[in-house]
Amino acid sequence: MHYHWNWKIFWDMTPEGTGTYLHTLLVGLVWTIATALAAWVIALALGSILGVIRTVPRRWSAIGTIYVGVFRNIPLLVQMFLWYFVIPELLPTGIGNAIKHMPPPWASFVPAVLCLGFFTAARVCEQVRAGIQALPSGQRMAGTALGLTLPQTYRFVLLPTVFRIILPPLTSEFLNIIKNSSVALTIGVVELTAAARAMQEFSFQVFEAFTAATLIYIVVNICVVFGMRWVERHVAVPGFIGPSVQAGAH
Amino acid sequence: MRTTTLSLAFAALFVFAVAPASAQDSGTLKKVKDSGTITIGYRDASIPFSYLNDQQQPIGYAMDICYRIVDAVKAKLNMPNLKVALNPVTSSTRIPLMANGTIDLECGSTTNNAERKKQVDFGMTYFVIKYRYVSLRSSKMDTIDDLKGQTVVSTAGTTDIKALNELNSSKNMGMNILSANDHPAAFLMVETGRAKAFLMDDILLAGLVANSKNPSEFHISSASLGLEPYSLMLRRDDPEFKKVVDDTMTKIFTSGEIEKIYNKWFMSPIPPKNINLNVPISDSLKKVFEHPTDSPDPNVYK
Amino acid sequence: MLGHFDYHEIWVNLPYLMKVGMTFTLTLTALVVVAGIFFGTLLAMMRLSSIKLLSLVATGYINLMRSVPLVLVIFWFYFLVPYIGAWITGASQPVKVGAFLSSVITFTMFEAAYYAEIMRAGIQSIPRGQVWAGYALGLNYWQTMGKIVLPQAFRNMVPILLTQTIVMFQDTSLVYVLSITDFLGAASKVAERDGRLVEMYLFVAVVYFIMCLAGTYIVRRLQHRFAIAR
Repeated sequence: MHYHWNWKIFWDMTPEGTGTYLHTLLVGLVWTIATALAAWVIALALGSILGVIRTVPRRWSAIGTIYVGVFRNIPLLVQMFLWYFVIPELLPTGIGNAIKHMPPPWASFVPAVLCLGFFTAARVCEQVRAGIQALPSGQRMAGTALGLTLPQTYRFVLLPTVFRIILPPLTSEFLNIIKNSSVALTIGVVELTAAARAMQEFSFQVFEAFTAATLIYIVVNICVVFGMRWVERHVAVPGFIGPSVQAGAH
Repeated sequence: MRTTTLSLAFAALFVFAVAPASAQDSGTLKKVKDSGTITIGYRDASIPFSYLNDQQQPIGYAMDICYRIVDAVKAKLNMPNLKVALNPVTSSTRIPLMANGTIDLECGSTTNNAERKKQVDFGMTYFVIKYRYVSLRSSKMDTIDDLKGQTVVSTAGTTDIKALNELNSSKNMGMNILSANDHPAAFLMVETGRAKAFLMDDILLAGLVANSKNPSEFHISSASLGLEPYSLMLRRDDPEFKKVVDDTMTKIFTSGEIEKIYNKWFMSPIPPKNINLNVPISDSLKKVFEHPTDSPDPNVYK
Repeated sequence: MLGHFDYHEIWVNLPYLMKVGMTFTLTLTALVVVAGIFFGTLLAMMRLSSIKLLSLVATGYINLMRSVPLVLVIFWFYFLVPYIGAWITGASQPVKVGAFLSSVITFTMFEAAYYAEIMRAGIQSIPRGQVWAGYALGLNYWQTMGKIVLPQAFRNMVPILLTQTIVMFQDTSLVYVLSITDFLGAASKVAERDGRLVEMYLFVAVVYFIMCLAGTYIVRRLQHRFAIAR
């Protein structure tokens, strides 16, 4: 069986008539980045709050544990389906119908962003918690000794250091969220992997399509790693060598 | 930085190293003979051509024709104990799986057209379809123009979704086109209100509606697009196997055996719900049975 | 809403879901764990090797697998494996590979990269003195690794390896993109056929949740048992 190579396929027009195949892939890339960034904002915000909650010496810090337990033990794809198919059915009919009648692409984009955001928040929560627990307990005690309340201790003493410590694992999580955005193709978000697949279906050029997608992901990867390294250097406190936190798996 | 450049080099090397050079084609028959197995690709929800019954076994009009071809292969290779392996395919995986050798014969609801003939080959036409769309009766949609500005869904990898895209751009219909993994998923989108219409081959729509929970709430449009032939799919540049397929099908058609098979699936109650689709042989199909052809040109079937 | 929850639907389809779906998922996970850890350890050793070529190839492979989404890798391998098979066996045609075997190969190749990083951390956590002692006793590289370093590295890394396995168990659900019938795929087929999305997907979520929670609990217990007093 011969495979018919055709690297010029990228400059052919798609049957949708909206541009070349290369253009479709780049539009897919834009959707990937949009989904990843929007979800990252949610993940960072929610994850930080939860991470703090988990380390607070109060009874209600169990909320954080429960959240992490739920969102880490259900596969991402299943969560995606729950957000897209199940939640509109479980909400009151008015809201449910309003969600279902959202015009595409937002009908897929919004659940995808929420799903990825909440999923990654659980992981960010664990990183923040590990970061806080890696700090010497003396920091917290010193805060109390200075007369700071608990929120103030977190705000002025603990969190600034914690975020600098966990920048490497956070980079890892950001890369993960970019990769996980590909799961959104199952609910209709036409991100990069979906665009490559559509290209494969319309043009039958399997290898060209997926090679292009792979190369684009690698390039994005390199950019993010360099970007985060710049951020790390930019926010580093001179002379402070914090304990490094074990990066999570995946 | 060096290691990531290396990753790129590795990726490139990986792809090119396994790129198959122009291999000598030894044909499906030789492959089947050597391995002792013939692999058939089936669909899990293309009623009544190829779909799973309650015991998760593939049955259908196309499957019956395929099994007769398997018998012919057994006779030709003198292998009465030839094993038949069944491999599920979807609209989007069927052509790549045929191309990479996973399946030898695809028995489903695949359209024969000139563009696909660049990648694969087809047997004799055994059905002729038109594209129609299904919508909720309450939406009161019936013509092609009713689709303007609406959310329309079709199944990934089909000629229907390609036609839908071409319609959208050529006539400026402003449709939002969604792509579903398989036919039941697309049908469900219309059922739950996520899409207003599902464009698909009319016979497949009839099967889906008939087997749905509430058939009366759906309406299949009277307006139609296009006209396409269904055929079995097989590998390109394989004259020996194609001859076996074509000869078997011509025999079935001209001997009248095809009518018995047709009536079994289209004019009698079929599993899983024992519903009768009641679709008599159309005039274009009658012509095809009398003069079997494997032409990809829709004009031949008008 | 939840009042119309059709428990009967789940009960009726349970045999199919478990016999076809869960069996696929569990078998896939089991095979991939064994093969993945094996190849991962090899990759880790290659990466830490003093032979530059081996080290570069291993690093390149690991970085490649960690840079691309699993979904893309699944697509790649599903269409690519028959060609690789032909290249390896020297066949003139692409080798036939079924859905299950393709999935096993895909996940093994992908997870090996992640297991490799874990094993690398494990190997590097063993004091160098162990290696030198091995050489001093007259053992060669393979004996030192096999009898001294790897057993200790393994023991240290068992909790993390198991956690990664649980993650992989969840990731097997992604074969859905190829319409392969794993646990989620089976539930999906039933859901679409009968129009019962809510029941099926909630059921799948609950089952995965219980299984992963149990897995995590077992890992934590094992962590206590495997802990070495230092």
